[in-house]
Amino acid sequence: MRGARHAKWAAAAAAVALAATACGGGGSGGSSGEGVLSAWWGDPQNPLEPANTTEVQGGKVLDMVMRGLKRYNPKTGAAEDAVAEKIETTDAQNFTVKLKDWKFSNGEQVTAESFVNAWNYAANVKNKQKGAPFFGYIEGYDKVHPEKGDPTAETMSGLKVVDPKTFTVKLNQKFSTWPETLGYNAFAPLPKAFFDDRDAWLSKPVGNGPYTVDNYAKGSAMNLKKWEEYPGADKAQNNGVDLRVYTENTAAYNDLVAGNLDLLDDVPAAQIQNVKNDVNGRYASPAAGIIQTLAFPFYKPEWKTEGAAKVRKGISRAINRKQITESIFHNTRTPATDWTSPVLKEEGGYKAGLCGADCEYDAAEAKKLITEGGGIPGGQLKISYNADGGSHKDWVDAVCNSINNALGDNKACVGNPIGTFADFRSKVTKGEMDGPFRAGWQMDYPLIQNFLEPLYYTGSSSNDGQWSNKDFDKLMNEANAEVDTKKAVETYQKAEKVVADDMAAIPLWYQNGSVAYSDRVSNVALNPFSIPVYGEIKVN
Amino acid sequence: MPEPTSPKDDLAVSGAGAGGAMDLAVAEGTSLEQPPGSGKSDKARSLWSDAWHDLRRNPVFIVSGLIIAFLVFISLWPSAIASGDPLACDLAKAQQGSQPGHPFGFNGQGCDVYTRTVYGARASVTVGVCATLGVALLGSLLGGLAGFFGGWFDSLLSRITDVFFAIPVVLGGLVFLSVVPGTTVWPVIAFIVLLGWPQIARIARGSVITAKQNDYVQAARALGAGNSRMLLRHISPNAIAPVIVVATIALGTYIALEATLSYLGVGLRPPTVSWGIDISSASAYVRNAPHMLLWPAGALAITVLAFIMLGDAVRDALDPKLR
Amino acid sequence: MGRYVIRRLLQMIPVFFGATLLIFLMVNVMGDPVAGLCGDRKCDPAVAAQLKKDFGLDQPVWQQYLTYLGNLFTGDFGRAFNGQKVTELMSTAFPVTFRLTLVAIVFEIVIGISLGVLTGLRRGRPIDTGFLLLTLIVISVPTFVTGLLLQLLLGVKWGWVKPAVSPAATFDELLLPGLVLASVSLAYVTRLTRTSVAENARADYVRTAVAKGLPRRRVISRHLLRNSLIPVVTFIGTDVGALMGGAIVTERIFNIHGVGYQLYQGIVRQSSQTVVGFVTILVLVYLVANLIVDLLYAVLDPRIRYA
Repeated sequence: MRGARHAKWAAAAAAVALAATACGGGGSGGSSGEGVLSAWWGDPQNPLEPANTTEVQGGKVLDMVMRGLKRYNPKTGAAEDAVAEKIETTDAQNFTVKLKDWKFSNGEQVTAESFVNAWNYAANVKNKQKGAPFFGYIEGYDKVHPEKGDPTAETMSGLKVVDPKTFTVKLNQKFSTWPETLGYNAFAPLPKAFFDDRDAWLSKPVGNGPYTVDNYAKGSAMNLKKWEEYPGADKAQNNGVDLRVYTENTAAYNDLVAGNLDLLDDVPAAQIQNVKNDVNGRYASPAAGIIQTLAFPFYKPEWKTEGAAKVRKGISRAINRKQITESIFHNTRTPATDWTSPVLKEEGGYKAGLCGADCEYDAAEAKKLITEGGGIPGGQLKISYNADGGSHKDWVDAVCNSINNALGDNKACVGNPIGTFADFRSKVTKGEMDGPFRAGWQMDYPLIQNFLEPLYYTGSSSNDGQWSNKDFDKLMNEANAEVDTKKAVETYQKAEKVVADDMAAIPLWYQNGSVAYSDRVSNVALNPFSIPVYGEIKVN
Repeated sequence: MPEPTSPKDDLAVSGAGAGGAMDLAVAEGTSLEQPPGSGKSDKARSLWSDAWHDLRRNPVFIVSGLIIAFLVFISLWPSAIASGDPLACDLAKAQQGSQPGHPFGFNGQGCDVYTRTVYGARASVTVGVCATLGVALLGSLLGGLAGFFGGWFDSLLSRITDVFFAIPVVLGGLVFLSVVPGTTVWPVIAFIVLLGWPQIARIARGSVITAKQNDYVQAARALGAGNSRMLLRHISPNAIAPVIVVATIALGTYIALEATLSYLGVGLRPPTVSWGIDISSASAYVRNAPHMLLWPAGALAITVLAFIMLGDAVRDALDPKLR
Repeated sequence: MGRYVIRRLLQMIPVFFGATLLIFLMVNVMGDPVAGLCGDRKCDPAVAAQLKKDFGLDQPVWQQYLTYLGNLFTGDFGRAFNGQKVTELMSTAFPVTFRLTLVAIVFEIVIGISLGVLTGLRRGRPIDTGFLLLTLIVISVPTFVTGLLLQLLLGVKWGWVKPAVSPAATFDELLLPGLVLASVSLAYVTRLTRTSVAENARADYVRTAVAKGLPRRRVISRHLLRNSLIPVVTFIGTDVGALMGGAIVTERIFNIHGVGYQLYQGIVRQSSQTVVGFVTILVLVYLVANLIVDLLYAVLDPRIRYA
């Protein structure tokens, strides 16, 4: 039995080894220092320049390290003055900006030049900032950012420094709510240190926010420290945040449950049904400014016809939103009844039920509409989505099953996974879709304009379906020029009704944020952009 | 063409699953493989009839054979034992457990797990069997020719197999299956064949080189047998055993690979029904609804087990050293 | 011997070029990577054009490849899309994966060979059948299922181990992922050793050794094992390369920032610089491992000499 003894030894060794891990594993949540919390993070896709960050993960850091003229109130979403003392206009086109007396964390003064230089840098096509189009309303943008070729100017003519605390902005069109957009990260100021040595700044960004970057290990972690001299009202309530990159949110979730992580703001879909038990109710799922829709390829003639509009309405009515949000998302999504988001509130332009019966489930009516409209173009509906990251497969399959059941044909609709996000986006932007495709929109700033113009205005940056409607465009122009906010919102809603009448995209559901946290921290909340309000978190 | 009677400058070890050892030189006249035929029976029987004689009495072979026969049966006629429609799903029943008429419960989309498990056999068994056949044919053809002729063809093939080993499965899958989407099983099979043949080629090459050195092959050569006759009549029957063994084990891993491809988002896709699709979508929900994972994964495990056991039995029967 | 090694090293050159070219083409087939950099919105066309120019994506593929090779020979592996140097990624990823592979190999050797010897000597007995079934089950369950299950049970339910590996990725944290990574190969090693031991146990030299009255332990370790290990060593040798690059699933599940993870990120983001760089190193590792295996034969089997 010598062989047997060997084997026993091996098995015992394995058991001992595993047990040893358990001992070594204890209390590593404490690798964070006193009053410091550890939080889940995804690896930002782009360098962390303010205007180069177009996704949430990079946005998290900028939200902690940078402060612009305005800041969105984490509860109400209202744009409130941060560095701005005041922003004045008389004609909705010329704005005068006065600054408060702020400093960057490296001691530099935040001046009018910090803003003007940062914005000129962001807009200049040579600097390849992905958020450059946000500066497109400023006069002279077309000179520094021509559609083709080299820029003919280095700076935008619409920006003028008056004195160290004042600058003026001239827009190329009337845009009454423009100051409200200035809470977006892309509009943050940059210190001289950035222009002196960009690489050094990128490896350790310096800003004027409530935190400073202590250490940044690209691709794996970032340690942020509270900046004691932060002049703003939203001082950090903890001593710092350790952001940790995880390969997958399921791993992060397990780490949270095991007590090795303090904060996770992307609870995996499959764990939503467990999360309340797993973390003893330390979980919240507040509304966020995100809407999921199905977009259609209007560049394909078969989707442009009168009948196709009926078919789209039929498809919309064949989707049992209520059941899908309950069974697949466990109520972390709410069935959509308009094309905006509840976080805008009614005075901001959200209008429940604007979609009317077209967004209500009715299998018989759905079948009738689709038949009247000439049936599904091509005979089979293929819903395209990206298969990497995000569990889109579950809901796409559920939507298809719902449509199939309504039509009584098990092959009427199938999911069409596309391997990578990049490939998906490149097919979408090149106009290579044959059928509907997943379209998600996370607002940049809490204005109804942001839910309509980028998505449905002719030729807009995110109008992936290339939908075009003269009435809609006209109404949008009118609304943008309107100085009275209430009237502007009403006009925007008229434009939204045009979208509804043609069912330019099928609204699916409003997405909530989701956040779970350990017993080490309290006062955890998400802002309307579904980013945790790190500064307010208290470490017990 | 190299002189077949001279000692080899190449030798590959023909262990199951083992590649490598491309360019070993062996000291004069020795080989790691003993020539078969040390345990000669009274009557001159061929290796194959010998093996068949053994197999018929081997319970492992009988059991695995029956399982495989059953799998083939339900792959061809799934409706014989499952009356439902695998694509009929009712979200209201999502994740529900076993209940009358639905012994295995429902999956996350509210589809009947029993029906889907039965219908999933077709895709999974087809992928397993066809991919293995493809890999074995292509691999043993190229590997065998390389081993037999040697020279530049051999060198070229060895380098190509090295290059193929370098391709990460995910990358290959993403590229291949985005060009030819996996709406049916065939692109997935083609992909596995494309990625899997070098493994078999190495083994086939090694065993052909070994077989080539055997006395009876040398004798046939001396008697003036042509290349094709040598390969077909003398070498391949004796070199095929390791290929069969590795292929049957690989068959199991190919079925599992189909599941992994689905997990990474590049495998088969609906409306095809397969165990891989169901396993990968159920794996995230294993805490709440383990039955969704258990049944398709169990079916996969039994299938893989049956094929490996079959391979083992065949291997034992073909290996005279174990008699 | 020296000439043999040199010949083998020279053979790596065409493999290097073939592999890099093939991978380069494959990543290029996947389409336009820049479209994925702007989130759910369309990249500004002027910015996209600038980015493509920057990464050399506006040139024909063959020219991109030549430029890449040229840079490679000056030690420049290029940059990922977030501006990070690929060499920097490698310097953090390879040590982690190396540790993971080491753990996996140790599991394969210790558990795999012990079980193999045990079952090989007890061929056909219940203990053999039992372990045989166990290894078969391990082979037949996909790694991601094993990994997720073990992570859930050991990491979350029972709390024996940390469910996710920290950035430091120390050896003790890597035990469970190492076991999962090794599981399929471990089953192979067990089966290979078993077959090999069973064959050799009947060999004349073993009978002679037993007849001489040598102690059983000595017969097994000096005579039987040494001769039975050749196919096993081959397998483990080729497995080193496969383990290092094939840990994509395991590394993802257990939050290990190693080669598999970086490779996956590179593939998903379609960064040819990252993917080709990593694969190049992996091919070299794989080839060198094979070479070492072949040299090991000479140690294990004195009949083998290299010309």
